[in-house]
Amino acid sequence: MSAQAVQRPRAEAADARAGEAPPRGRSSSFFGAMVAVVQKDIAAEFRSRELLSAMLVFSLLVVLIFNFALELDIQTRRGVTAGVLWTTFAFAGTLGLNRSMAVEKDRGCLDGLLLAPVDRAAIYLGKAISNLAFMLVVEAAVLPIYSFLYNVNLLRPGLLLVILLGSIGYAAVGTLLSAMAVHARTRDILLPILLFPLAVPVLIAAVKASGGYLANAPYADIKPWISLLIGYDVIFTSIAYMLFDFVVEE
Amino acid sequence: MSSKSVVLRILDVVAVLLLAASTYLALFFAPTEAQMGQVQRVFYFHVATAWVGMLGFMAATLAGVIYLITKNLKWDTVAMSAVEISLVFFFITIVLGSIWARPIWNTWWTWDPRLTTAAITELIYIAYFMLRQAVDDPERRARFSAVYALLFGPSVPLTFYAIRMYRTIHPVVVGSGQADTLPLTAEMKIAFFFALFAFTVIFVDLFWNRIRLGRLQQQVEQLRLSASD
Repeated sequence: MSAQAVQRPRAEAADARAGEAPPRGRSSSFFGAMVAVVQKDIAAEFRSRELLSAMLVFSLLVVLIFNFALELDIQTRRGVTAGVLWTTFAFAGTLGLNRSMAVEKDRGCLDGLLLAPVDRAAIYLGKAISNLAFMLVVEAAVLPIYSFLYNVNLLRPGLLLVILLGSIGYAAVGTLLSAMAVHARTRDILLPILLFPLAVPVLIAAVKASGGYLANAPYADIKPWISLLIGYDVIFTSIAYMLFDFVVEE
Repeated sequence: MSSKSVVLRILDVVAVLLLAASTYLALFFAPTEAQMGQVQRVFYFHVATAWVGMLGFMAATLAGVIYLITKNLKWDTVAMSAVEISLVFFFITIVLGSIWARPIWNTWWTWDPRLTTAAITELIYIAYFMLRQAVDDPERRARFSAVYALLFGPSVPLTFYAIRMYRTIHPVVVGSGQADTLPLTAEMKIAFFFALFAFTVIFVDLFWNRIRLGRLQQQVEQLRLSASD
């Protein structure tokens, strides 16, 4: 049923292209389109809550597994908290990125979005922001639970900043890659394989910066990692923004 | 396009001869290093193969950009060939490095910036080929590969920089990294630079051959697609 729904828009698009060149980017405002995509994703998620619940439950399970995988005394545990947190966020993030794009593709929504007379980059930013939002919601839920389970205060402004910056970079690259991976049969395993090697700078910087804040290190020690995070976010959001058009063009 | 051009045939022979000459220079002509002994000779090929790996990396990223601009599928073949050669040569670099490291550092592997970045780059290349395998349509495959190349282009240097920061207590000014400037005698320098030159020629030869092979594969694929219509 969805296959037919997909065929019809594509034929109409071909007709439209044959008839006259539909204007793109000027007829609808960029910001309006971006906000519309974000609103659509959040509204859809609030109705079903399948993405957030899956990501949250998965995160808690990963934290649980780490509890047995790294049987540690309090001292050592303090050193690995940052690593455990970011491993959890990386895996849960992958889940969210995959599902978010897969749902679009399987229901033909992606084609619908691409037919809209808006700048494709606005769609990219919209998807990236909503993916980021989902990641942040899950992270916001995991932090207090982790704090409760391990009797450590994770609700610190420095740590929250690092989590925000790291999630931005991760979601920016992940959204672009999920748009590619979604076309493959092996989409669920392909996205992590594509994403993790590229996200290494984010993970390194985020873990070091998080660890620094948790250990109350002086800001001078943490600053290079924050700079790296910001640099990565800026560079890769720009690159992904420019390349999205190439990924989704037909 | 069916038979090899004469220039390429000559280049094949030249490449093999240069490899033989480089081997002679590295294994016999160059003197034995005072502290490390014979195993130091690995260094001539190790640096040369790493150099070829980096040439391949840069060629792949550049070919990706050119493909996205021109949409000519031959640039996709160029990019794929470059990644393949870089994959193999970085692997050789890692193996040669391990052979050197075992007697000298008493370990096969260490998580220092260059090795870690090499390992991550290999994983990126494997991911690149898995992405290619997952896409059937040649035009889409070319597009996706080019996009991925443009993502890993900046990511790998950033990774190297990040790990270098990770392994030192204080951040290091951007420079050449660890200083392992071995004092080289004149003969060693000859062997070293000749190896670099020889492997550059070998890279061009392999690259050209691989691109030719890739274009033949492309023709077969197109024939197969049109035959199945």
